Amino acid sequence: MQTDWKRYLIVFFITLGLFLTASYMSNYFSTKKVDQLKLIQDQIAIDILSSETQFSLLSELSCKNISDSVLSAELSELGQKLEWGEKNLGMTEEVSYLKKYYSLLEIKDYLLIKRISSRCGTKSAFVLYFYTTAENCSDCQREGYILTSLREKYPELRVYSFDYSIDISPVRAMLDIYKIKDTELPALVIDDNVLSGFHALDELQTHLEESFKLQETPPEKEIKSSGTI
Amino acid sequence: MTSVFNIIFYILVFLSLYVQVFLFITFLEDRKKILVRKGSINLKEYPAVTVIVPCWNEEKTIYKTVNSILHLNYPQDKVRIFLVDDGSTDGTFSVMKKFENYKNVKIFQKENGGKYTALNLGLSYADTPFVGCLDADSAADPEALVRIMSYFEKDPTVMAVAPSIIVQKSENIIQSAQEVEYHMSIFIKKMLGLLGAIHVTPGPLSMFRKKVFDDLGVYRHAHNTEDMEMAFRMQKNHYKIEHCNDAYIYTNTPRTIPKLFRQRLRWIYGFINNTIDYKSLLFKKKYGNFSLFTIPAALVSILSVGYLFGKVIYNVGHFIYSKVLEFQAVGFTTKIPLNKFDLFFINTHSPIFIILVVYILVVASIVLGQNMVKGKWRISLDVISFFIIFGLVGPLWLLKAVYHTLVSRMPSWR
Repeated sequence: MQTDWKRYLIVFFITLGLFLTASYMSNYFSTKKVDQLKLIQDQIAIDILSSETQFSLLSELSCKNISDSVLSAELSELGQKLEWGEKNLGMTEEVSYLKKYYSLLEIKDYLLIKRISSRCGTKSAFVLYFYTTAENCSDCQREGYILTSLREKYPELRVYSFDYSIDISPVRAMLDIYKIKDTELPALVIDDNVLSGFHALDELQTHLEESFKLQETPPEKEIKSSGTI
Repeated sequence: MTSVFNIIFYILVFLSLYVQVFLFITFLEDRKKILVRKGSINLKEYPAVTVIVPCWNEEKTIYKTVNSILHLNYPQDKVRIFLVDDGSTDGTFSVMKKFENYKNVKIFQKENGGKYTALNLGLSYADTPFVGCLDADSAADPEALVRIMSYFEKDPTVMAVAPSIIVQKSENIIQSAQEVEYHMSIFIKKMLGLLGAIHVTPGPLSMFRKKVFDDLGVYRHAHNTEDMEMAFRMQKNHYKIEHCNDAYIYTNTPRTIPKLFRQRLRWIYGFINNTIDYKSLLFKKKYGNFSLFTIPAALVSILSVGYLFGKVIYNVGHFIYSKVLEFQAVGFTTKIPLNKFDLFFINTHSPIFIILVVYILVVASIVLGQNMVKGKWRISLDVISFFIIFGLVGPLWLLKAVYHTLVSRMPSWR
């Protein structure tokens, strides 16, 4: 019985080479994906800045010229991709950074759209949604499905999701403002009303319909009611 | 905990790739040694051989089996045929009796005791320098024996030669899938033959020098896989086993999933338990590639398939759980999400690339095996049914074999 050790070694190195090539390819595609996320975020940042500038320029003239849906679609796409990235690329430093950036963009978008909405009286409902990824939160998962379903039902509905454990001051500020505790997650803010814990579809629908009515009130009155942010 | 599972996963993926690369490097290095002969060949001498045909309830196939031996391109006065009825309860014995007038056919009848006892009865009467067995559900190609015997003639140190087993008739998708698998096995068996590391001398016409049985003893029960145990015993005693890739034996394959399941359960159970019985052979340099490659490679396949199956079950469970949560939250929805296709969501983890390479190498081994049999390079669409059936059901017989081993329960033959 002869053993050809050379063959075992050659095969080992070939296998190692293939393994390293696969790792390299995997890293290459991950980097490409992170780059793609960065690009979308930069685009959104520019869009927000443009809208803010446009709003400042035109607010005193006419609401008709303000582009309405520049951001929500892109933000939603970015949200989906980030969520996927978190699960599949792992919570790397870059993904974590992108998630923070995304949360900031959400807040900026929220503030801007809220201002446009109150100034121009457009029909929109805003939901701030706080969830956690730190532990297995099945209620958060169920609430997520409900919000997705509601967004399909009401295209104007804007849902801004925030991971409770994300460490950036504006999110922490929002948590302080609405007094949201990690033991009461998921938590929703609909027109400044805080709803802690899981809320069923029907219940949320009622709240949202009330919120729609609120949005239909004259702009001057609305500015006062949403002035807390 | 997740990272431990990930490390195990990466190790198994690495080892699975290693096994495939090893087989291909062997092919590239030794491909010139692979003979595919067309037509008949001549030997310098035609030594006498005994072919034992053990039968248990094989009335439908035995006639064809015996007929194929009678039509072998080998001097009939040099071929002795022992038909052993192992207590059949059907018309097997009366079919056997049709051959009683042939000079070179001897018929035996005994109480049922298992295939190995039927073989041993035949062996006790065999007095030729070469002995073989042909399962009663198989038929030999006319050139099979002479090609097998050419290996013994060429190399006096060869103690046993295993043939290429191919599917006789594929009448449904399950048999077509097995046909593909048999082609792959021919490639693997040839590579193991070149490495001197064959782990089974299968029932359909493996031929032995009689010295093997004289020196090492007769067949054993061996967890209903006596043909595997004999190869293990030979490897332990450094007896050389070759594979004659152009000796074709046509075999009947199970037509249904339950029958296929029982057959494979027996094979895998046999492999695991023979490996346990011969564990002292593992990772010992003196037992060569059999010890360092064949058995570890088979164990790697069992572990990898088991692990992958567990992973798939976990993912399916996770998916069902999220669907239940979704149902609880928003009720039943028939809406299919019409997300536009986005390359972003394609999984680009490194194991995906490795598994892809492994699959490509598996397909290549099927094509090479097919080429050794049919001389064709064309890839059949049956490869898809092979991956589906063996991918879905394979892990189940494998896990059941492990379970049977753990509870020490031997699966039935049929």
